[in-house]
Amino acid sequence: MRTTRIAAAAAAALGILLATACTTDAPTDEAEDATTEESGDEWFVQADYEEQLAQRDVEPEGDPATPWLQAIEPEWIDTAEFAQEGGDHTVCFSNASISNPWRVTGWITMQQQVAVLQESGQIGEFRHSDAGDDDDQQISDIQAFIDSGDCDAIIISPSTTATLTPAVEAACESGVPVIVFDRGVNTDCAVTFIHPIGGYAFGADAAEFLVDNLEPGSKVLALRILPGVDVLEHRWAAAQEIFADSELEILGDEFTGGDAAEIKNIVTQYLQRGDVDGIWMDAGDGAVAAIEAFEDAGKPYPVMTGEDELSFMRKWKDTGMTALAPVYSNFQWRTPVIAATMILAGEQVPAEWVLPQEPITEAELDQYLEVNADMPSLHYAKFGGEDLPGFPDAWQDR
Amino acid sequence: MTRVRELLVRATNPTATVFVLLVLVFAGVFAMNPGFFEGPSLMAFLKQAAPLVILAAGQYFVIVSGNFDLSVGALVGAQVVIAARLIDGEESRTVPVLIVMALFGIAVGLVNGLITTALKVQSFITTLGMLLVLYGAIRLWTGGAPTGSLSEAFRTPGRLGIENVPVLGQIPWALLIMIAVGAGSVLLMRTRFGRILMAAGDNERAAALSGARVGTARTIAFILSGLSATVAGVLIGGFAGVSAQVGDGLEFTVITAVVLGGVVLGGGRGSVLAAMAGALVIEALFTLFNQMALPSTLRPAVQGAIIIAAVAYAARRRTRPVPTTATATPTPS
Amino acid sequence: MTRRPGADRLGTTALIYLALAGVLAAGAVATAIDGGNLFATANLVDMLTRTSLTGFLAIGMTLVILCRSLDLSVGYTAALSSLVAATTMDGQVANIPLAVAAVLLVSGLVGAFNGAVTAYLGVNPFITTLGTGLIIKGYLDTQYKGPAGDVPALFQQFGYTRIGPVPVSALVMLALAAAAVWFLRSTRTGHHMYAVGGDVEVARMSGIRTGRTLMWAHVLCGMTAGVAGLLLAARFGTGSAEAYTNLYELDAIAAVVLGGTLLLGGKGGVAGTVAGVAILAVLDTVFNVMQIDPFAKDVLRGVVIITAVAIYARRQLDRTARRPRFAEGRAS
Repeated sequence: MRTTRIAAAAAAALGILLATACTTDAPTDEAEDATTEESGDEWFVQADYEEQLAQRDVEPEGDPATPWLQAIEPEWIDTAEFAQEGGDHTVCFSNASISNPWRVTGWITMQQQVAVLQESGQIGEFRHSDAGDDDDQQISDIQAFIDSGDCDAIIISPSTTATLTPAVEAACESGVPVIVFDRGVNTDCAVTFIHPIGGYAFGADAAEFLVDNLEPGSKVLALRILPGVDVLEHRWAAAQEIFADSELEILGDEFTGGDAAEIKNIVTQYLQRGDVDGIWMDAGDGAVAAIEAFEDAGKPYPVMTGEDELSFMRKWKDTGMTALAPVYSNFQWRTPVIAATMILAGEQVPAEWVLPQEPITEAELDQYLEVNADMPSLHYAKFGGEDLPGFPDAWQDR
Repeated sequence: MTRVRELLVRATNPTATVFVLLVLVFAGVFAMNPGFFEGPSLMAFLKQAAPLVILAAGQYFVIVSGNFDLSVGALVGAQVVIAARLIDGEESRTVPVLIVMALFGIAVGLVNGLITTALKVQSFITTLGMLLVLYGAIRLWTGGAPTGSLSEAFRTPGRLGIENVPVLGQIPWALLIMIAVGAGSVLLMRTRFGRILMAAGDNERAAALSGARVGTARTIAFILSGLSATVAGVLIGGFAGVSAQVGDGLEFTVITAVVLGGVVLGGGRGSVLAAMAGALVIEALFTLFNQMALPSTLRPAVQGAIIIAAVAYAARRRTRPVPTTATATPTPS
Repeated sequence: MTRRPGADRLGTTALIYLALAGVLAAGAVATAIDGGNLFATANLVDMLTRTSLTGFLAIGMTLVILCRSLDLSVGYTAALSSLVAATTMDGQVANIPLAVAAVLLVSGLVGAFNGAVTAYLGVNPFITTLGTGLIIKGYLDTQYKGPAGDVPALFQQFGYTRIGPVPVSALVMLALAAAAVWFLRSTRTGHHMYAVGGDVEVARMSGIRTGRTLMWAHVLCGMTAGVAGLLLAARFGTGSAEAYTNLYELDAIAAVVLGGTLLLGGKGGVAGTVAGVAILAVLDTVFNVMQIDPFAKDVLRGVVIITAVAIYARRQLDRTARRPRFAEGRAS
């Protein structure tokens, strides 16, 4: 009797899994995304990958002293139709969230940039809403901006690419200029889409560094934050592509949630089972914990790639390990508000505004650490706000 | 022969399920990697498992008295962030900040307890609200991401231990703290307070009618939970340092651990040792998944299935053979 | 023992709508001081839109909570449902009925699993549904590496069309709420839910098939989560596994409790829940209009939830004192 019930429960569980599998395994390939029909990996788009890798070697247009205004291979478009007389424009910003230090840093930079533009009279009111990483919430937020009718320009940092597409389209249809930055959407209706080169370049920078600095046959552990987020998945997809052509052995790829304790635990376990020669990370959160796991296990430091997050860079300096800080340019948070004022003034902007994205190498390490000496840990070295009036207090005291 | 039977009866006791499960999971780990049971790696496992085990002890007090504490994950995160911001790398501030943290843990527990007992708000809601408040307040205070850094002294309990021990290598301080918390909790449950707590969860009215101060006992349980989250925060912060995500989701993991230990949600039944063993099972399970190189996306599914199966198994034991449960139900004194 | 649900509860429901009115008034004053207008069309639309999703989840959640159960898997069920919907539709209008049926079947099955394990295997619903959530999460993470499927424009209307300031989705939610109110007041199974939540032993002794009642509650709760998934799919234009990260389940539980339904079961109703959902939506809109820091929002939400429930609890104190509410029955 008891066993039958458990068996029934197990059967029910299996039934549910099967039922879901049956209904969802139906042909899912979206016809519109013809480019994604590559091998088995839905995140890997060969053309985008190659484009991003090539963009790393392109000299961006514009002054290198203001990288947030530079653009790689821009296609300038006319925005005269959006030009408005006078200043004091109301700019509205729908933010996905400030749920991680990278976004917190960028958000401070953006607010400081807005203060400058408000001072100069180009922006009047700056409204923002924060969706707390909830796509549905962000759709409502964008809708609220549209319905209010007060926005002269809408800036959107989408929470998820595909799901925000209808909302961004609705914003475009309302007639105000729309600026999308960071993660993209599946529509090019926005006046400009601002982003650094991208996830493939980030992942490839890191993977190439490991391939170049490790002996063939070395063992590499990949630490990842979450599944299913495109900017992160692209990083890993590029890394897999490069590792596949190398002699490196990939021990595994683990999701850590960016939690330091989880990272240290996982790395410790791998070290118990054997040597780890290299660490690849899809974002720098918790990188220091991974390094400490080697220290506590009495193992030599790995060759490692983290991010331009300061606690990692400081640890890198202290230990003298072989490392690279790939960068997902945080200074991109300045660009959208500047772009908004340019568009409202009828100036040309790039249709796709690709910002430079260069990793920080050992040669530049000291320079960046010095510039950011007073900044807190969990701050990003390439935040690009050194010339803003709020520097350094706004970032220090956040 | 009677001894064998006695052992059998014990093994089918719901509380014992967790120890059987622990043996099974460890056997699995051993099969995958016999090297795991060498001193140093076992010590490393226990060091890393200690915070969850300590949290389980704290959560046990709350659950056995008939409540929930969903705020512990947020509290652990808050404590680590508070420590980093207040210490800010200064060794001399370590002890004062530890005191501040202990007071903060007590205060959070007290507020949880008072709202639940005096204002009669369901603990699920009280602590859910507290979770939101702590999560938001701590980020408001630090501007969204942790600032400052921990001192070496602060990190010692979670990261270091007694070095150069033969065979074991290092005996982590975390392990010793965990054993102390375990011993303290077992002793506490044997006192009058422990019996009142158990009775409060088992039958509130009967306990109250017998003159026990149920509300006070339950409030103290919340304070103990707050303290355990403080200790866990010190250990986790010490183990791995500060990160923005520290503590996320721990509340559900720890409640699962306690229930795996045979402690009944709603209160009145279960032992604190079994609850702590439940936490060890969860940690061992994660280790097993890692050793098996189970794809990380699949792990939650396997974890969920095992939890349901284990609790169903224990529930079946509990509901059928009546005689064993009679001994597990204490009489309020 | 089958209590007349409507009789002694009118007072509580009225109190909750009073609370809603209070929150609205306070919000209107606060936004007015801030220089805004809470009742501007844009803000009304925003409020009503926000009610739909939590509303669907909270209606089903009310049923299980009335039975003294709980469902922590609804967020995962909704995410799964959005994917089932979007992949089944696959951009074809003709597939919409099939997709809706598939979603209701799958979400109903998830609910049935929750109900069966809880009712017949004696597993605490907290653990059952947490475990189910983890199982679905593992399946979604393994199977879908991101958004998948394509929702035809016609079905997206469910998420975007509105009549005046009232979104269609909110109307559907209200209709479903009305159906649930009718179900609880006028059907035998509905009455049984109150009885099971009030005292499962007494209910069993008075001849109610308690297991089956609990099953029904969970199946219906799963299906409302399925409808929430349909709404997500309509809003996103695709299915999204990531939707589970938003902890919708906690929002739904908070709304139910704000609506005056006791977590201990046996008391409450869907009418109150709708007000609870509305209170949360008003708060969100007010916070948004006033540009409150997102972290301060969390703090305020936490405080409001605790305060509201404390106020309800005060009112219920004297009533519970009169008759012992729970004898030996314990959710385990």
